[in-house]
Amino acid sequence: MKLRVVVNLKPGVLDPQGRAVQKALTGLGFAGVSDVRIGKVVELDVADDTDDAAIDEMCRKLLANTVIENYRVERA
Amino acid sequence: MKAAVIVFPGSNCDRDMAVALESVTGRAPAMVWHGDSALPDDIGLIAIPGGFSYGDYLRCGAIAARSPIVRAVVEAAERGVPVLGVCNGFQVLTETGLLPGALMRNERLDFVCRDAPLKVENAQTTFTSRYEAGETIMVPVAHHDGNYVADETTLDRLEGEGRIAFRYANDINGSARGIAGVLNAAGNVLGMMPHPERRIEAAHGGTDGRRLFEGLLETVGA
Repeated sequence: MKLRVVVNLKPGVLDPQGRAVQKALTGLGFAGVSDVRIGKVVELDVADDTDDAAIDEMCRKLLANTVIENYRVERA
Repeated sequence: MKAAVIVFPGSNCDRDMAVALESVTGRAPAMVWHGDSALPDDIGLIAIPGGFSYGDYLRCGAIAARSPIVRAVVEAAERGVPVLGVCNGFQVLTETGLLPGALMRNERLDFVCRDAPLKVENAQTTFTSRYEAGETIMVPVAHHDGNYVADETTLDRLEGEGRIAFRYANDINGSARGIAGVLNAAGNVLGMMPHPERRIEAAHGGTDGRRLFEGLLETVGA
């Protein structure tokens, strides 16, 4: 079973990289880009019988740092 | 004092830490590999050194924080054994949850590598007894991800409980409230981005870092 875990910074956590990209986009002439937030996507291939609780635990224990990040799981 | 230095693949300040500890305590620390699952007996201090453990993959310190030896470090910390995390070691300690908050990319995205004046905020800790509160000391920093973040409630609690050990005298990385080093609630775990082990003899340009190890030796005992 293929999974995609999308990890993003929580709202309110300053994202210096996103801000630099936002400035670069504005510099390229793209008007109206008011905010950019950079996250990451982790693709996993797990056994078909992996239950939701185990997947959630993987996210909480390692894939995301829940102090600063939110995550969501997408099933392919 | 019997000390242990934890070594991960990608650690690069482990030998500096060992030299600093031996110079102050007169005893070479045990170098403990990340794959070990137990610390030597009767350890009086655990140091987690700087570097790029596991290549900073996923997040700085994230993989190291889940390694077998760090489980033993967490257990020892919970028993009250002093733990010092420097630079990447600080990142590892926040990833374990032993210390609150997280360390993000520097606000201006630059790798900051220079001497940083620090203000000693709390001189009554296991780690800082050889400093004066309010004193400014000079300790080098070298990091890309030293921008300390925590929610306002946590920051207020850290301030109120005297758990901010050091602050940057000038903003260098965007850290919330200028935080350079924080303690856990029990006071036996310190994480700091600056490198005291790089300022232990006059040839380093000063000995302000040495006093941290001398203070530790004094409070932990020989």
